[in-house]
Amino acid sequence: MKPLLQVNNLVVSAGNSRLVDDVSFEIYAGEVFALVGESGSGKSLTSLAIMRLLGEGLSIRGGDVKLGSDSLFALSETQMNAVRGRRVAMVFQEPQSSLNPVQTIGKQIAEVLALHRGSAPDAAIIELLDEVGIPNPEERLNWYPHQLSGGQKQRVMIAMALACEPELLIADEPTTALDVTIQKQILELLNELRRSRELAVLLITHDMGVVAEMADRIAVMRHGNILEQAERSQFFISPSHDYSRQLIHALPQPDDYLEYQAHSPLLDVQDVKVWFPERRGVLQRVVGHTKAVNGVSFTIGRGETLALVGESGSGKSTVGRAILRLEDTAGGSIQFDGSDIGSLSQREFAPYRKRIQVIFQDPFSSMNPRMTVREIIEEGMQSLGLGGTNESRETQIRNLLERVGLEAGHLNRYPHEFSGGQRQRIAIARAIAVEPELIICDEPTSALDVSIRGQVLQLLQELQDEMGLSYLFITHDLSIIPHLAHRVAVMRNGQLVEQGETRQVMTSPVHEYTQHLLQAVPRIPEHA
Amino acid sequence: MELFDVRLHLLWSDILIFLLVASLCAFVVNVVRNPLARKRWSQVFESRIGSASFLVILFYVLIALTDSVHFQKKLEQAGDSEDVHYAPEVTSLLDLALAPMLGRDEKTYSAPFAIHSFAKENTELAEGGVIRDYPRLEHGGSHLEDDAQHGADIVVKSMTIIGWTLVPVLILLFLHHAFIKKRDSRLPWPVIYFTFSAVVVVSSWALYMSQFYHVLGTDKVGQDVLYGAVKAVRTGVLIGTLATLVTLPLAVLLGISAGYFRGWVDDVVQYIYTTLNSIPGILLIAASVLLIDVYIETHPEQFKLLSDRADFKFVALCFILGMTSWTGLCRLLRAETLKLSQLEYVQAAHAFGVSRWRVIMRHILPNTTHLILIALVLDFSGFVLAEAVLSYIGVGVDPSMKSWGNMINEARAELAREPVVWWSVIAAFILMFVLVLAANLFSDRVRDAFDPRMSGSGDKQ
Repeated sequence: MKPLLQVNNLVVSAGNSRLVDDVSFEIYAGEVFALVGESGSGKSLTSLAIMRLLGEGLSIRGGDVKLGSDSLFALSETQMNAVRGRRVAMVFQEPQSSLNPVQTIGKQIAEVLALHRGSAPDAAIIELLDEVGIPNPEERLNWYPHQLSGGQKQRVMIAMALACEPELLIADEPTTALDVTIQKQILELLNELRRSRELAVLLITHDMGVVAEMADRIAVMRHGNILEQAERSQFFISPSHDYSRQLIHALPQPDDYLEYQAHSPLLDVQDVKVWFPERRGVLQRVVGHTKAVNGVSFTIGRGETLALVGESGSGKSTVGRAILRLEDTAGGSIQFDGSDIGSLSQREFAPYRKRIQVIFQDPFSSMNPRMTVREIIEEGMQSLGLGGTNESRETQIRNLLERVGLEAGHLNRYPHEFSGGQRQRIAIARAIAVEPELIICDEPTSALDVSIRGQVLQLLQELQDEMGLSYLFITHDLSIIPHLAHRVAVMRNGQLVEQGETRQVMTSPVHEYTQHLLQAVPRIPEHA
Repeated sequence: MELFDVRLHLLWSDILIFLLVASLCAFVVNVVRNPLARKRWSQVFESRIGSASFLVILFYVLIALTDSVHFQKKLEQAGDSEDVHYAPEVTSLLDLALAPMLGRDEKTYSAPFAIHSFAKENTELAEGGVIRDYPRLEHGGSHLEDDAQHGADIVVKSMTIIGWTLVPVLILLFLHHAFIKKRDSRLPWPVIYFTFSAVVVVSSWALYMSQFYHVLGTDKVGQDVLYGAVKAVRTGVLIGTLATLVTLPLAVLLGISAGYFRGWVDDVVQYIYTTLNSIPGILLIAASVLLIDVYIETHPEQFKLLSDRADFKFVALCFILGMTSWTGLCRLLRAETLKLSQLEYVQAAHAFGVSRWRVIMRHILPNTTHLILIALVLDFSGFVLAEAVLSYIGVGVDPSMKSWGNMINEARAELAREPVVWWSVIAAFILMFVLVLAANLFSDRVRDAFDPRMSGSGDKQ
């Protein structure tokens, strides 16, 4: 069989550095080909080069891309425009920003149809929406993007991509921004479409679970090179390259559970409610409440990790903010080490700030870009009156930096000079600088690459063992829970649906929603 | 001693400008002490445009400063009276430097370097009869023995003075280059040398030439345009800085507190600036200026000298301009603060129990400096231009005060004349343009240096 897409020795460079270096692969019709790599490996650049959509400053320096019998780099820009959309379509990561917010979705699909087919009858649009699984397509035709959920928006994006019956679909991290349950639905949809339409799919992703679920063949990229290409079955059983092995091993082992022992309770949350008032009218009357957290109870013992799991919008981050008193509670009690902290004023809460700390998700916005690492770590110590003299504080900060795996010489650098993983280490150093007892980790690893995620989690665990820290670990990523958390609480729509020991919840979930969540997690074949 | 027969007479704006200089010095001392701030500022001066534009601004500020030391000259003693009387008008240090341009008024317009008047006049000839021709200027080119030497004289005199200035300047620069300059200095010395010598040569040329000619012509009442334009530097620099300095605390304080505290603080601030914004600015300024006029009329005892009145009106105008134009920056800062206060590093600071005041000073204010800097310079140029507009409708600075706005305003009617009287407008335009351009370029460099995301690998070793 002749391949549909053939990429031969593709080279993309910016100035003198080769970002994509001598990449070759081929994709056959009806096949899902996965390009896997961590951020900066050049996988997205490869797809953009195929579409000839490279940004300014980047240029194709060599190689050849053949779609069917046409060489894409030899086409004129007008001919290439006919290829884009009609023969090769793209789906991007962020459905929010890929749809025009002021046009109905029907109009946006019609525009694509009219451009490539000349006409856009409503029937054709409805059929498309139906095919990608949008319920009531006749009615939703006239909806605006903001009326759809994230998963539905991604479905609309796929409908737009399919509108012109392309031969190749390039899906660039199509599910990274979505919750697990919705990710599963979208992946199933893609799978179904490629079967019914004999569609070739170039799937670009960093998520090994998605790869294991979807791909027929896999190519691993690093630093612009393809290190290994293999069939799926073979790839997971016997990866030939060290880096592939590393990637697979960086994935948490699903059956590696932490031993659970009962601990004396440190934090006791009872029936906590956080309601945001909805205000209307000229006088801003309160007409109702958004019940972000509505009656949540759990305890965390000393030296214990509780994972708070839930999909976006379930209110799990709000729980963390309520414990930190960044959000006012509407009811319930929060007991820390035996004393009620839920009803304290900001001033009365001040002594507890030293004992409860937080690590945020986004390593890019969690540090003031105008402060040096020294100032960032020093701020909390100064504010809480710790660290003694300037000299002793200086040595403490140096030790902290070395403890989290950075060089003490980095003290005077600014956050933008560090990578995402290094920044997260600085954030950890900042939190442990005041020697807290409880750290609230709000998705600390979801912005990181797999291999770095493993290192950061490792660091957190070491610190727990050394300092006897307790963690409230807020996450949507179920795969990291087994070897991280002693206990798990599952949250949905502001309420806990289930909690218990990790092994018990993960292996024999009681609540329907937990079962649903666990099923949606992409499974990786057992590796050797 | 003749030299000290003067009485210092500081105007309100003089006091303000020296307070400004003092606080600027304190700021510089502060910067030099702080190694990080010093590093960033040295980045500004290491760029060619940064140091060149700074030199130009410095030159303007020096003119404004020398023009801000006012004194009254002692009058000749009348008869045997023991009383000492001082002149009713004030003179500044700059007036002493510009002495060659003073007391050389012609009758009316004359073009730059002209030796004849711009307007024809009836002249009685010695042998009787009247002819109508361009009369010879009384002062411009009065040293010429033969009018035919006019062109050659200009060239020769220009070459002489340029030569005479360039030689000492070059020697000075050479001495600096050879002995004082540090080997490892990263400042762009060639550009600094060039700008410095250009400024010195041009100013001394203009000064020297105006002993013989009116370098930029004369205006309607025969006054030297160059003199007026240079005197207007003080007005421009002052109105720009003073008015901006009035807007700044208002905008920063109100904008940041509205965005950070939200709730009723936000409501009040928004209410104030939407109300202020819905009143036409010109109307508000005109009304306030008229109020000031009435105050001056009803309290003559507070304003003994004519220049006291003009100065009071000028300072009031700066305040009025500032009070009515802080809303734009305030709105911008409110929005930016709303965004910033939701960012995780601000939340983290709250989690450390950092006080609100410190959060504002360490996290919010530094991350809005680029907005403030840009607004500062845009406002500065805006105020220099607003002064011209206000003078046009008669509510600007006092007509007795030299300002670019007044110059343009007076020349406006003459632009329709054929041949056109262009020199007043051009003189005001060039001086204003150079100042505003230098300020804009300088702020660009400052913003680049202070934005860590822009400076990129600048800090890496």
